[in-house]
Amino acid sequence: MIEKTATIPQGSSLWKDARSRMAKNKFAMGGFGVIVVMFSLCFIFAWFCTNPNLVNLTNKFAPPSKEHWFGTDALGRDLFARILYGGQVSILVGLIATSVSVVIGIVYGAVSGFAGGRTDAIMMRIVDTLLAIPFLVLVIVLQATLSDWSGDATRWIVVNLNWDKEFTGRLTNIVPLFFALGLLGWLTLSRIVRAQVMSIKEREFVEAAVALGYSKWRILFRHIIPNVLGPTVVYSTLTVPGFIMYEAILSFLGLGVESPNSSWGVLIKEGANFLETEVQLLLLPGLFFSLTLFSLNFLGDGLRDALDVKAAKD
Amino acid sequence: MPRFLIDRLLQGVLVLFALYTITFFLAKAMPGEPFTSEKNISAETKANIRKLYGLDKPIWEQYLAYPKNIITEGSFGISTSKGRPVIDIITQSFPNSLILGLCALGFAIGIGVPIGILSAVRKNSWIDWVCMTVAMVGICIPSFTIGPLLQIYVAAHIPGLKVAGWGNLEDILLPSFTLGLVSAAYLARLTRGGILEVLSQDFVRTARAKGVSPIQVILKHTLRGGLLPAVAYLGPAFAALISGSFIVETIFQVPGMGQHFVNAATTRDEFLLLGLSLFFGFLIVVMNLLADLLTGLLDPRVRHTGGTN
Repeated sequence: MIEKTATIPQGSSLWKDARSRMAKNKFAMGGFGVIVVMFSLCFIFAWFCTNPNLVNLTNKFAPPSKEHWFGTDALGRDLFARILYGGQVSILVGLIATSVSVVIGIVYGAVSGFAGGRTDAIMMRIVDTLLAIPFLVLVIVLQATLSDWSGDATRWIVVNLNWDKEFTGRLTNIVPLFFALGLLGWLTLSRIVRAQVMSIKEREFVEAAVALGYSKWRILFRHIIPNVLGPTVVYSTLTVPGFIMYEAILSFLGLGVESPNSSWGVLIKEGANFLETEVQLLLLPGLFFSLTLFSLNFLGDGLRDALDVKAAKD
Repeated sequence: MPRFLIDRLLQGVLVLFALYTITFFLAKAMPGEPFTSEKNISAETKANIRKLYGLDKPIWEQYLAYPKNIITEGSFGISTSKGRPVIDIITQSFPNSLILGLCALGFAIGIGVPIGILSAVRKNSWIDWVCMTVAMVGICIPSFTIGPLLQIYVAAHIPGLKVAGWGNLEDILLPSFTLGLVSAAYLARLTRGGILEVLSQDFVRTARAKGVSPIQVILKHTLRGGLLPAVAYLGPAFAALISGSFIVETIFQVPGMGQHFVNAATTRDEFLLLGLSLFFGFLIVVMNLLADLLTGLLDPRVRHTGGTN
């Protein structure tokens, strides 16, 4: 490690090192910039746009204009607003599914790594087995079951809690996706956490905690997990683009997001229907989608390299 | 060797069993019944149909009956939405999916590996930069965008190519290209990494010092070890091809298994869903085993420890 500040010798922390390495990585910083712009567009700028569900049948397939920056779709809805609102759903699915999988992955991996021995062997064998099953096959089966339940849930909520019917319908349409993806996406993550926990549990501060007579669970949750949290969350940025992709796949197959909700997958699917004459209906959502995935991948790669979190391979 | 094989086969059985268990109970947890969509049928008829499909038995009996029927009779049940034996549907659609998958794998290897080698050899040059950016773009642009674009910009303009459909030899081209593209991108990245690692080793330096030509260094000394990560990826690549086939078969209207699987999930066709998931699982287990054996063949270090790493 080369110290730049010669006058005051300072220790360099993990995060400080990471930050300086990150700043040097142009691709990762570029990706970060695009993500910031995309987030601002989808979550702030979108509120100032026209209603994405405003149907205007006299203005179908309008070319780009001052009012409609990207033109309009088959029902005369503003494409730009639809892309931004669709982006909200796509990005939310990516983030929430990742959060679900991070929680499961951390707890599972930490317990497995901390317990060691036979428990560890069995828990990791289960992960191996699940990893060998094609992800999309499981996701489709789980999503089909969960979305069936969500129909019942909608009725129950509307009747018993008096929620707005449309809002509830929208919510229960996307919530199953969070879980279908999150409940199955934690496998690789749990291995990374396990590897880290195994190295941390040999450290002195854990020994000290044991010597102080703290309970196992307290050591695990108060002393070990906080130490693996940072790198794990950083690593999980790499799973966000994966989940966004799976959301689009499911929506494209008609198993995911449904009208009046929209997502990038839904928009691409709708766009593919009018391909011969109105190629922009496919291209523009596709462009936003790919650009986001591209940037998230570069950002995730950069963060992982900066922190040097090694993926626990087979 | 036999010990390693037995170990892997046992693991394969375990995987299939887990897959079956999960799919079975999820299918049972679906609130809809397979027959509710049909017109008003009397309760008596319904009960008869349920009996016919064995759905009237207790859930544990059903759970055990399905694998038993597969082993003793080779029967995967009867599709409730199509009214045909699931095994018929599989034998009919599998050849199409297999051809599509193999051609896609061909495209993936044919495009991915050379690009990976090229960018490893010209590391940090503009060629490397272009190749790796293209590979990243390939990973990030979904097949459901590339597929339709190929349909209008390629298929519509080249005589002989159809926009969608299946039956002639040339119909295979576009779907398998679309399907293979993502795996090609991953293979390119893995090949580049593998070759770079080998190139930095002492024996390569020795070979160069002896005056071996750069091409010979790559072909004779580097390729075998450098391709290991790519070979190990073949198992996952095959899983990716199966997932991708769900989409590509929908876009190009290929009568393969992927379409049936998606339909089974949307129509709550329990037996078709079970049969196809098990079949997909079986294919993955076999492909992973083959990839492992191939790795052992290329890398003697793996052979003795018996397994990947």
